[in-house]
Amino acid sequence: MNPVFASIQTAAPELILTTGALLTLMIGVFRGDRSLAPLTAVCVGLLVFAGVIVATAPGGVAFGGLYIADSFSAFLKVLIFAAAGVSMALALPYWRNSTGARFEYPVLLLLSALGMAMMVSANDLLSLYIGLELQSLAAYVLAAFNRGESRSSEAGLKYFVLGALASGILLFGVSLVYGFTGSTGFDGIRTVLAAQHDRSLGILIGIVFILAGLAFKISAVPFHMWTPDVYEGAPTPVAAFFSAAPKAAAIGLLVRVLVTPFGPMTGDWQQIVIFLSIASMVLGAVGAIGQTNIKRLLAYSSIANVGFALVGLAAGTQKGIEGLLFYMAVYLAMTLGSFLVVLHLKRSDGAPVELMSDLAGLSKVRPGIAAAMAIFMFSLAGIPPLLGFWPKFAVFTAAVDAGMFALAVIGVVASVVGAYYYLRLVKIMYFDDAGVAVESHGGAVNGGLIAAAALFCSPVGMLAITPLVAAAGNAARALFPG
Amino acid sequence: MIPILSLMIMLPVVSALAIVMLPGGDAGRARLIALVTTLIEFVLGCWLWAGFDNGGAAFQFVEKLDLFAPYLNWHLGIDGIALMLILLSVFLMPLCILASWESVQKRVPEYMAAFLLMETLMIGTFAARDLFLFYLFFEGGLIPMFLIIGIWGGGRRIYASYKFFLYTLLGSVLMLIAMLYMVGVAGTTDIGALSRFNFDKGAQTWLFLAFFASFAVKMPMWPVHTWLPDAHVEAPTAGSVILAGVLLKLGGYGFVRFSLPMFPDASAQLIWLVFALSMVAVVYASLVALVQADMKKLIAYSSVAHMAFVTAGLFALNTQGIEGSLLMMLSHGLVSGALFLCVGVIYDRLHTREIARYGGLANNMPRYALLLMFFTMASVGLPATSGFVAEFLVLIGLFQTSTWATFVMTTGIILGAAYMLWLYRRVVFGAAAGEDTRAMPDLSARELTILVPIGLAVLWMGVYPASFQRPMKPAIAAIVARTSGRELATVPTWLTLTPGAAKAATVTGTPK
Repeated sequence: MNPVFASIQTAAPELILTTGALLTLMIGVFRGDRSLAPLTAVCVGLLVFAGVIVATAPGGVAFGGLYIADSFSAFLKVLIFAAAGVSMALALPYWRNSTGARFEYPVLLLLSALGMAMMVSANDLLSLYIGLELQSLAAYVLAAFNRGESRSSEAGLKYFVLGALASGILLFGVSLVYGFTGSTGFDGIRTVLAAQHDRSLGILIGIVFILAGLAFKISAVPFHMWTPDVYEGAPTPVAAFFSAAPKAAAIGLLVRVLVTPFGPMTGDWQQIVIFLSIASMVLGAVGAIGQTNIKRLLAYSSIANVGFALVGLAAGTQKGIEGLLFYMAVYLAMTLGSFLVVLHLKRSDGAPVELMSDLAGLSKVRPGIAAAMAIFMFSLAGIPPLLGFWPKFAVFTAAVDAGMFALAVIGVVASVVGAYYYLRLVKIMYFDDAGVAVESHGGAVNGGLIAAAALFCSPVGMLAITPLVAAAGNAARALFPG
Repeated sequence: MIPILSLMIMLPVVSALAIVMLPGGDAGRARLIALVTTLIEFVLGCWLWAGFDNGGAAFQFVEKLDLFAPYLNWHLGIDGIALMLILLSVFLMPLCILASWESVQKRVPEYMAAFLLMETLMIGTFAARDLFLFYLFFEGGLIPMFLIIGIWGGGRRIYASYKFFLYTLLGSVLMLIAMLYMVGVAGTTDIGALSRFNFDKGAQTWLFLAFFASFAVKMPMWPVHTWLPDAHVEAPTAGSVILAGVLLKLGGYGFVRFSLPMFPDASAQLIWLVFALSMVAVVYASLVALVQADMKKLIAYSSVAHMAFVTAGLFALNTQGIEGSLLMMLSHGLVSGALFLCVGVIYDRLHTREIARYGGLANNMPRYALLLMFFTMASVGLPATSGFVAEFLVLIGLFQTSTWATFVMTTGIILGAAYMLWLYRRVVFGAAAGEDTRAMPDLSARELTILVPIGLAVLWMGVYPASFQRPMKPAIAAIVARTSGRELATVPTWLTLTPGAAKAATVTGTPK
């Protein structure tokens, strides 16, 4: 058989998404914006189908070493597809109440998901870049999706300019690495680096540039500045999407790049990751204290959570990566759940809920939704017995086992500081008297998604620890052969 | 065999969900479900006591399920110490529900659900045999307590709830890091196995300090006690009872269960730290209690002083000291719980906790005056009440380890008598502060039903403490065996009152 056919089999999920995205785009062009709901359903279906294929498709390297499908990429792809699917579904009630509804939304999400799948399956610095750019370009458009609104356009422009700069830095790093190792393939770089004894400064600078570019994508401090503004300006469903799937994909990409090609230089990049991690945890916790806008709050929360996930990478061990993957799985549920609650509510004057004070007294009017939000907040704060505690537990275990006590202590102290602002939202919902009345306007689908996410984050979700950790462990093993 | 412990842990959760979830929930039904549930829990607790084998040091009623592998197991079991504290919890719980019967009118179903969750978490904390299962229950208690203080508390409830939550969380996360290290080294999460594991002496000091950060805050020890007066004052009556009665015991329980058996060398080396903080706490908290104008605050500070007795007794590292401390925890749970309930009784009538607004209650509330007198005396440590037995044992034990510490701690008893009796005089004797004070009716049947059982328990423990000591003896002996022979922190000879104590450089464990 021609190797192309084998490659096509290996890369089947991406090919499904590519064909699907092009087809839905054509349908949308001819049928117009009223096809938004059916197209969303089709796109969710495509993601589910691709997810099933991921679980069953044969693994291995494809396209002459550009692409790799292993348990690591499979784990992350399932997460990404699930998060992207939820991000599509949760937007329908929002668009129904908005004038900006256009059929491109699910299609762009699908293209973005395709880019993310490429990212986590990249086995070469060039396929990495292609995946990253595909994801980012779709994301820039999505951020500016409410083009009539100046905040949204500003968010899109800001994201684009900064993102382009970050891509340029990344590309520069790639060229340096290529110059000093003579290869862009991950395996090739690894072989060269493992054989070198005294490495030149150039390769180190290359790693720093690559890390800087990727840190922008995961919004790790000090490359986080865009996050609160973009989350605030972008339409809420888009902010929900940004906080979930792209984070998982970019972190997955970062892990693979650092562990596989640059594995021989673990000691060098570890210091950078430790810095990124501490800075993100601390700034994410402190920066959120003064926020009044829920979307900005969740933006800072996502910065802090990226910092916690990076603790697992900083440990540099298989156990750490396992913890990180587990972290991302639970984090997606918590953040999407929180955004679902925000999307589910609107003020009595018809405006969407934006400020934290809009939720005042929510527990009296909507006890169920308030309870779900409280579960997400306590879970994000990492209070046992809620599920959100256990991923933190996993990454800190890895850090302590690797002897990084200072990192672990700073991390847990930052989590206490962070608990303050999560508690503040609980306080507003439960202790304060009702301000502006809030109504729910989400559909049954969103209600079901909120209930499912809340159940998953509640202590009942602890029953999912065993299978999830087993899957994450299996995925992490793929990166540490032998 | 029926898994009683799992049943006791799950039943309140199910009831709480039923209260909140079932449609058409009204206040009356919520109260009834909560009361019935807590009574069933009490019966189950008595069943535990009846089935408990006093002779064995091994853990009993053990249940193990590999539910949450690889992180932790559902592993339960109790020894005598855990049994007694569980009994205390299930005994106080129905009384708390009864105490809130009329005084809580706002969002009753949620209130009852929060208390039931609290009960689950308390029993779970005492019954957990897995290190991280313990942590889960230990920390989980913060959430319902945060809500109880924040929703149903007094004027500064929001400040108090934040302070309570963040203070205790900060202490606990440091303990978590220590736990992660311990499990990494010992390779097991089983508390029993960890208690037998010999950690490196250098590491023990750090581990001890990390655990100390958590338990000292929970205890609370001076100088990290400041969350307690705020939380107590702002919490509703039943919340204060649970705080003082059970939650403060988590710190002492933690010391007994973790610090002493797992880090015996560090414990023996760091007794000076614990003694110093306890001595300061006793004198300082008693003096502060003397000048309080708020009744609840006064009792809160008296709790700080009593808890200092517990820590000092535990770190005497001998049988009498530890036994006395455990009895002190039980006694304080009953007595301070009863005192908070007594404050709640008059607060419900006059809606103020200011001492100056009362007076002359002996005239119009004779039954109340009698019961308050009894609990005041129990708090002071009058013989034939539980307080006396506990204080006496603590001081005997402490005297063998440090005479100076004993000397200072004894002044706490005198000061304790001063502030409690003075409180009693101002509230019960003298002239009534106003017409409304004079018009206050005496105890209702419901209030009598709440206070009398506690009084009987206090008497029982004061007259025949052996019923409570016997189940704990094997567990205490195991802890003493673990710490005996360890090198004590050396006390300069000129600091010692009796020459014999200075020579005893190691823990002897048994009295001479």
